[in-house]
Amino acid sequence: MMRPVDPEARAAHFIGREEHESTHDRVVWGMRQHRDKAVAGVPEWEQLRELASQIKEHTLTHLDRYLEQFEENATRLGTQVHWARDPEEHNTVVHEILAAHGVRSLIKSKSMLQEECGMTPFLEERGIAVTESDLGDRIQQLSHEPPSHIVVPAIHKLRTDVAHLFAREIGSNPDDTDPHYLTEAMRGNARPRFLAADAAMTGANFAVAETGGFVVCTNEGNADIGASVPPLHIASIGIEKLIPRAGDLGVFIRMLSRSALGTAITQYTSHFHGPRRGGELHVVLVDHTRSERLGSPDFWHVLKCIRCGACMNTCPVYRRSGGLSYGATYSGPIGVILDPGFDLEKYRELPFHSSLCGSCTEVCPVKIDISDQIYKWRRVVAAKGMLPLTKRVGMNALGATLARPKMFHAAESAAEVALAHLPRFALYNALNPWGKQRELPGVPRQTFRQWYLEHRAKSGKP
Amino acid sequence: MRAREAILEAVRRNIPGPAVALPPLPAEGVHQLGTNIGFSEHLTNLPEVTRHESASLSSHFSRQLEAMGGRRLDVADAAGARPKIAERFPAATVVCSAVPEVPGTRRVEHVRNPHELADVDVGVVRSRLGVAEAGAVWLTQDDLVVNALGVLAQHLVVLLDPTEIVATMHDAYARLDVAASPYGVFMAGPSATGDIEGVIIHGAQGARTLTVLFCAPAPAMPSTTSSS
Repeated sequence: MMRPVDPEARAAHFIGREEHESTHDRVVWGMRQHRDKAVAGVPEWEQLRELASQIKEHTLTHLDRYLEQFEENATRLGTQVHWARDPEEHNTVVHEILAAHGVRSLIKSKSMLQEECGMTPFLEERGIAVTESDLGDRIQQLSHEPPSHIVVPAIHKLRTDVAHLFAREIGSNPDDTDPHYLTEAMRGNARPRFLAADAAMTGANFAVAETGGFVVCTNEGNADIGASVPPLHIASIGIEKLIPRAGDLGVFIRMLSRSALGTAITQYTSHFHGPRRGGELHVVLVDHTRSERLGSPDFWHVLKCIRCGACMNTCPVYRRSGGLSYGATYSGPIGVILDPGFDLEKYRELPFHSSLCGSCTEVCPVKIDISDQIYKWRRVVAAKGMLPLTKRVGMNALGATLARPKMFHAAESAAEVALAHLPRFALYNALNPWGKQRELPGVPRQTFRQWYLEHRAKSGKP
Repeated sequence: MRAREAILEAVRRNIPGPAVALPPLPAEGVHQLGTNIGFSEHLTNLPEVTRHESASLSSHFSRQLEAMGGRRLDVADAAGARPKIAERFPAATVVCSAVPEVPGTRRVEHVRNPHELADVDVGVVRSRLGVAEAGAVWLTQDDLVVNALGVLAQHLVVLLDPTEIVATMHDAYARLDVAASPYGVFMAGPSATGDIEGVIIHGAQGARTLTVLFCAPAPAMPSTTSSS
């Protein structure tokens, strides 16, 4: 059996560096607060959420039809449409196009799908130099790490980390940690690469069936540089990215960046309908488990996701443990429900990397039942006998105790005494994960039941 | 074609039910305009939400553009565009223009290869549509002529007739035929990033600044010009 990703051990590594944890928490929570303010500026927000959810559900319940319509319209505009069932087919299709054009260097803008496919290492092994054009993605590429957040990929790093990295990789001043200086240093390093690239790759945020075009949202304009400078543009698009009408974009564009960063719109919202003058445009439509997910009554709603990252920004577990602790392409609550669908054995621990507080479900702009799905994935993991031993033993004991009220009250009182009087080494040790990197709460003077019996039960009032 | 058939077959086999109806789109022009928030200096510095319900579309557009890091300037008429640009960018040596009102030092119509735009200090284009709630201007391949002008120029100046501003993105899409041009972009302020500790920086990869000049097109202006 494959060794599962261990989010606890990975989180411990991140939390061990205190300044990283506190800065990450502050910045990521800041994005959530910005989101709240932006949402407060749109009185019809809840109607938009409902509309967005219905449009996505409509599309997914008619997906075959919209895929065919998109292909037909895109082809009519001169876009070459390819299909790929899995990462291997995707990477092969992309490599064939690049090889046919003699491409040696490629610039790419953010695409979580290309991350899913492991495309960059595949192309590099075949002699094609790949440069990430988004600043955060470039930081991650130079660090040999995957993105830790789907919108701000290097948000787990401090400016000092970036200064050291850039000093080593692009020769900037290691002592200048000003983000303005660092961004400018990368601008100077990246421009010549943009101009020298033979081809560009992007993802897509939305693909419009009725027009055969697709939309890419960035704040840096890096997708636009890629699409407008080299003559060849290839976009990888997951089949769930379809929407029926151009008018639907009004709904989604209004929600995407407000949910992500709290801005009304991304700085660049770019629409591609056929090749530009003097250019060539290819689209690769990728399945990679999406059609299978469509057939799962419990989990198909996750395909509505527009990758805004709001669920990550609000998640107390994500904020404290960092995106790399998930050890997967997608992190945060959306990762917890996406990743097990790619590989249940490998990601079976992720559904437990959550407090089930439900905040993710509340902020989701397309009304995905994220926290319910996290719980349902736990049931899948348990039903397949994949629970780790500590959880199995603990759960069995807990189940037995909760089923017998007298035993529960006895245990409760015993715990109260134990917590108040046990020496530290008995509480903060390897057997009690709740005692790691945090202090256990103080013990109340009495249990709720004791309080209830004293104050309410006698008077007969419930 | 094997992959295509296999994917479509798998989708058909797994399609969830019951089918959900396609909801109608929001009607045009009925939306309230709250004040939205753009990038401030840091993602954790939170501006207050203030409501400006009665503001005109052009003033709402301007406020939102500034929140996104852009700037609005006024000129009395089309003839004022050229001196205004010269005043704002006195050090510019290469001004590449796509509009008849501003001759520039280089006409974009004469550019054959996007790489020729790598040295452009200031690009000048005209947008035919602004969106108040986003502070965004719509630019297509027809407006830019060479798409790279919008992102390779160090500074971008966009002429916009303030009467061509709509309230929301719904209104914008209702008015546009997005498929009419191979490329169309809503640009809201300059290139920006918050990738290092959430510190907002303008001028990440594309234009360092975005200036929107409120200016109606000159009535007798020919649609193309060869002056340089």
